[in-house]
Amino acid sequence: MLSIKNLKASIEGEEILKGVNLEVKAGEVHAIMGPNGSGKSTLASVLAGRDFYQVNAGEVLYQGEDLLDKSPEARAKEGLFLGFQYPIEIPGVSMVNFMKTAINEMRRHRGEEPLSASEFLKKMREKKELIEIDSSLTNRSVNEGFSGGEKKKNEIFQMAMLEPRLAILDETDSGLDIDALRVVAKGVNNLKSPENAIIVITHYQRLLEYIVPDFVHILYKGRIVRSGGKELAMLLEEKGYDWVRNEELAGKQ
Amino acid sequence: MSTVTRNIALKDQYISLYREKSGEISANSAPLMNTFRKEAITRFASLGLPRKGSENYLYADIERVFSNNLEKNFSDRKISFNIKEIFHCDVPDLETNLLLLVNGRFYGNGKMLKKLPGGIIAGSLARAAIEYPELVEKHYGKYAGRSDDGLVALNTAFAQDGIFIYVPRGVKVEKPVQVVNIMISENDLMAQHRNLIIADEDSEARIVVCDHTLSAHRFLTNSVNEIFTARGAKVNLTRVQNEHNGSSQVTHSHCLQEGGSDLSTITVSLHGGFIRNNVYVRLTGEHAENHTMGLYLTDKGQFIDNFVYIDHAAPNCFSNQLYKGVLDDFASGSFNGRILVRRDAQKTNAYQSNNNILLTDDTRMYSRPQLEIYADDVKCSHGSTMGQLDENALFYLRSRGIDYREARLLLMFAFAHDVIQNIKVDALRERIDDLVDKRLRGELSRCNNCAMQCG
Repeated sequence: MLSIKNLKASIEGEEILKGVNLEVKAGEVHAIMGPNGSGKSTLASVLAGRDFYQVNAGEVLYQGEDLLDKSPEARAKEGLFLGFQYPIEIPGVSMVNFMKTAINEMRRHRGEEPLSASEFLKKMREKKELIEIDSSLTNRSVNEGFSGGEKKKNEIFQMAMLEPRLAILDETDSGLDIDALRVVAKGVNNLKSPENAIIVITHYQRLLEYIVPDFVHILYKGRIVRSGGKELAMLLEEKGYDWVRNEELAGKQ
Repeated sequence: MSTVTRNIALKDQYISLYREKSGEISANSAPLMNTFRKEAITRFASLGLPRKGSENYLYADIERVFSNNLEKNFSDRKISFNIKEIFHCDVPDLETNLLLLVNGRFYGNGKMLKKLPGGIIAGSLARAAIEYPELVEKHYGKYAGRSDDGLVALNTAFAQDGIFIYVPRGVKVEKPVQVVNIMISENDLMAQHRNLIIADEDSEARIVVCDHTLSAHRFLTNSVNEIFTARGAKVNLTRVQNEHNGSSQVTHSHCLQEGGSDLSTITVSLHGGFIRNNVYVRLTGEHAENHTMGLYLTDKGQFIDNFVYIDHAAPNCFSNQLYKGVLDDFASGSFNGRILVRRDAQKTNAYQSNNNILLTDDTRMYSRPQLEIYADDVKCSHGSTMGQLDENALFYLRSRGIDYREARLLLMFAFAHDVIQNIKVDALRERIDDLVDKRLRGELSRCNNCAMQCG
């Protein structure tokens, strides 16, 4: 589904991603872990199409097509979803209008009729229950005045509404209490299917107790330095990121 | 010709026009209005036309606009069309008492004053000045008369008619009053009309004013509104400026609010080549509340200038100015807002904000929010912003599959809705939302079924 080959990207001349390789197949859950500044969020942003990153080399194929050529909205319409680390507040744009516009733009892309008002509301209601999101939040402007935890839940709510093929969650777990974490995990596990894939970007192993990954990758200084099964996350938890640093140093000598 | 001589020459043109036509002007107006003319033209002779670069007209080139050689017509001319055929407002559920003003004169098809339930009087100001001289005399010229703007004096000298609305004590006008102000002609035309709105104690009224042009001629309007809100009265006035871009419009609103009154004016400027709106409000009694708001969406070479002056002359009053605008292409504009808090106006709460989105590098917007405070126990704030659309918000919307163009529209619409949400007539608010949406999409923002070719 997603194939990243030797991806290099920089911001303002500073190279952040220094040759990332990653293969994600349908049905898989991948976790990307790494210390602060290793390039995790850059990778997520480049995949979603944020234009202030410069891609210098490499290629990304998504469902067999070049992803990097496409606009952010084209990527989203083809089923790519980014859960933001820092969701944006948009005063004056209501959650309802936002979601209705997004869903109907995607349906139009697939050649489907827009949802009727009642179908849309039904879908909203179902997903709100699933994500246990406070009803009043969806009556407000997008993320406006939401607490940190509410904003993260709102990302998962949007994911549930849009039903992406490939979801990339950028540190969705950071700053969440255990209840919110459980809800996030529920949303992710609900999306899981043989047709879909999920990439969870996280700093901590904690989330992976709820979302069990098939693969764990360690991103360090702009490269994936280790890949393995879920036991790699346990090892990381046990030994800490210093272990990665030391291993890297040892490898270079 | 130097700019000073140009100014004098222009002024003399209007003075000689007055001398030549004063008989015709008076013959087609009301005695009460005529008694103001002589003094007004003398006042105009000393004030002259406002000059660009002067304190209150820093950016608006009034002389340019007023030097166009437009036809002026002071007699009640037969209009060669059936207004009912071309005008039909289709805003759903917008049931209004409709008043038509054509080229500055009330168009009543023989019925110049309407008496509505509760003793409400609405119709021609000139006729009201004849039928209810005492009522009109109490207010006519009392609020605008204090102005030191030469254009107000010019209007007082020339204005022959306009809209009159009177709401008696304690009466609530259920149906909004809609004033449709139409310019239509076979030649380029200038008109100066005068409106007077009197809301007596504890009365309530909602008024909608729509400015339209119905022929493709160059038009210039110089209109004065006087609004009196007595103790406890509530008035909500929405104005939609939708003249074509070959027209110029200067409006002057002079409002007096007594204690406990609540006046809200919202001016939505969509089309029009040159627009200058002056709003003066005096709060003379405690616990009066004023909201003065504006929304302007401009493109091409449009120029829109809003000038607001809120005078807190009594303690414990509240005022809020909110002006927002989106400028595209090479449009330019200005906002000048002032809050004056007089020495005895303690416990004043006064706010002012002007926010602008400039879509291109060629747009120009000048913003001057000002406070002048002589009391020591007040809460006042003012602020102004200029900016582009929020890139992060744009990306967020696009990352959910919303096209760039649509995402921009959503953000602009949200920006504009902040003002529109204050419109108290539900059907009208929805319609204006719709007009604004169309305006932002670059479509003609005229009402669908209305045959008027606005925009």
